[in-house]
Amino acid sequence: MSAPDRLRLQVDRIRCDGAGLCAELLPELIALDDWGYPILAPDAVPNALLPLARQAVEACPVLALRLVPVPTAVESR
Amino acid sequence: MSGPAPLARLLAGPPLAAGAESFPDHQGRLGRLPSIDGASLIGVLEASGLTGRGGAGFPVGRKWRTVAQAAGDWPVVLVNGAEGEPLSAKDRALMVTRPHLVLDGALLAAAAVGAEQVVLYVGEAHAAARAALGRAVLERGPHVGRLLRLVAAPPRYVAGEESAAVHYVDTGDARPTSVPPRPFERGVGGRPTLVQNVESLAHVALIARHGDGWYRGAGSTTAPGTALVSTSGRDGRTTVHEIEFGETIGSVATRRGTTADGLQAVLVGGYFGGWIAGPIAWSTPLEPAELRQAGAGFGCGVISFLGREACGVQAAAQVMAYMAAESAAQCGPCVFGLRAIADTMARLAAGRAHADDLAHLERWTGQIRGRGACRHPDGAVNHLASAMRVFGDEFRRHQARRGCAATSQGVRAS
Repeated sequence: MSAPDRLRLQVDRIRCDGAGLCAELLPELIALDDWGYPILAPDAVPNALLPLARQAVEACPVLALRLVPVPTAVESR
Repeated sequence: MSGPAPLARLLAGPPLAAGAESFPDHQGRLGRLPSIDGASLIGVLEASGLTGRGGAGFPVGRKWRTVAQAAGDWPVVLVNGAEGEPLSAKDRALMVTRPHLVLDGALLAAAAVGAEQVVLYVGEAHAAARAALGRAVLERGPHVGRLLRLVAAPPRYVAGEESAAVHYVDTGDARPTSVPPRPFERGVGGRPTLVQNVESLAHVALIARHGDGWYRGAGSTTAPGTALVSTSGRDGRTTVHEIEFGETIGSVATRRGTTADGLQAVLVGGYFGGWIAGPIAWSTPLEPAELRQAGAGFGCGVISFLGREACGVQAAAQVMAYMAAESAAQCGPCVFGLRAIADTMARLAAGRAHADDLAHLERWTGQIRGRGACRHPDGAVNHLASAMRVFGDEFRRHQARRGCAATSQGVRAS
């Protein structure tokens, strides 16, 4: 199920200041809460959306958004 | 108040009112620390089933093994006695009366993971605990004293969170940091750091002497051993008891003189924990799996009783106001989400609910969980969710501005 290069989105909650560009670029996987902070789809980014996901990562003005391999540390919070 | 006397392990020995047990008395009663090599002790701890008592309940042996095997520099042991939980008093009670059990555990931990530094991180507000531990360190002599240093933890709720504790020791800033890396990977001074609650370490001091079989001789099969709990409510007293896992909440209530009569609900696990309706709580055993099933958790061992004369919505509103104020103010969902929840709860509790308040609370509870660097927002919304479950009728009355059933005075349309 988990091929080695599957990626998911992850945000550094302390860095993130709710600019919201990521949700504009990738509404398929990123929603905003009532205060403008991102709610990320927990699953792997489908291949078709990977280019957009990379754009969203690059667009983040505070570099809070990342793409990380799906099987991350067991204790990810 | 009938039945056999409760089992005392951590709290065995001289009366607690006598204060700190001296080092000679401690050694006279329990004997010297056995010389046991680190690898064997870690094996014994794993076999014992001892879990951490700071709130997360992580297996102690597994944590020690991880730090002992961490690559790189000499590890550090951070003894966590911050006890920022408002309803908890058990860590202080232990440090004040049995400081040498805590030190024994800390020294065993240092030896087992190969640490050359031990930080005693004790709440700034807990002066008696810091004094008792400070005196106990002096009693141990210079060899031990060189290894240990006392750091006063700021009086904030999040200061006891493990990444916040490490951050404070390093930089004087007691706010949690983004994980990973977790403290066991990179902690104090960049070294692998074992962060362990004082009660967990005190248990280790006894397990090292008596063995894992002895430890499992108390408690239940799924949750072996004993634990300290802090009980509060109704009469305003906070008392500390030692329980065997599996003892019912009703039994602990009886020990402190609280009766089932007029009991509305019980908060178990602290502000991160959950509410259980009184009649169900009374017969619920204090052990993690049973408590989870009942919608709460063992957490740090807080048990708080709410009488029928009190309003559950108001009780939850107070906790939400506290949790919002105690946010480390770093992560958006926590800063803005908990503030919105606290404001809404205050309105609801005061009988000035807006039309969609309850719906908002329900949505936010689902949205905020898992979206902070630490678990502070999760703890807050889990608490709120359990309050909405247990005090559902009262929440709906407040939403409809139909008056407060419990106090008949809190709600007034204005």
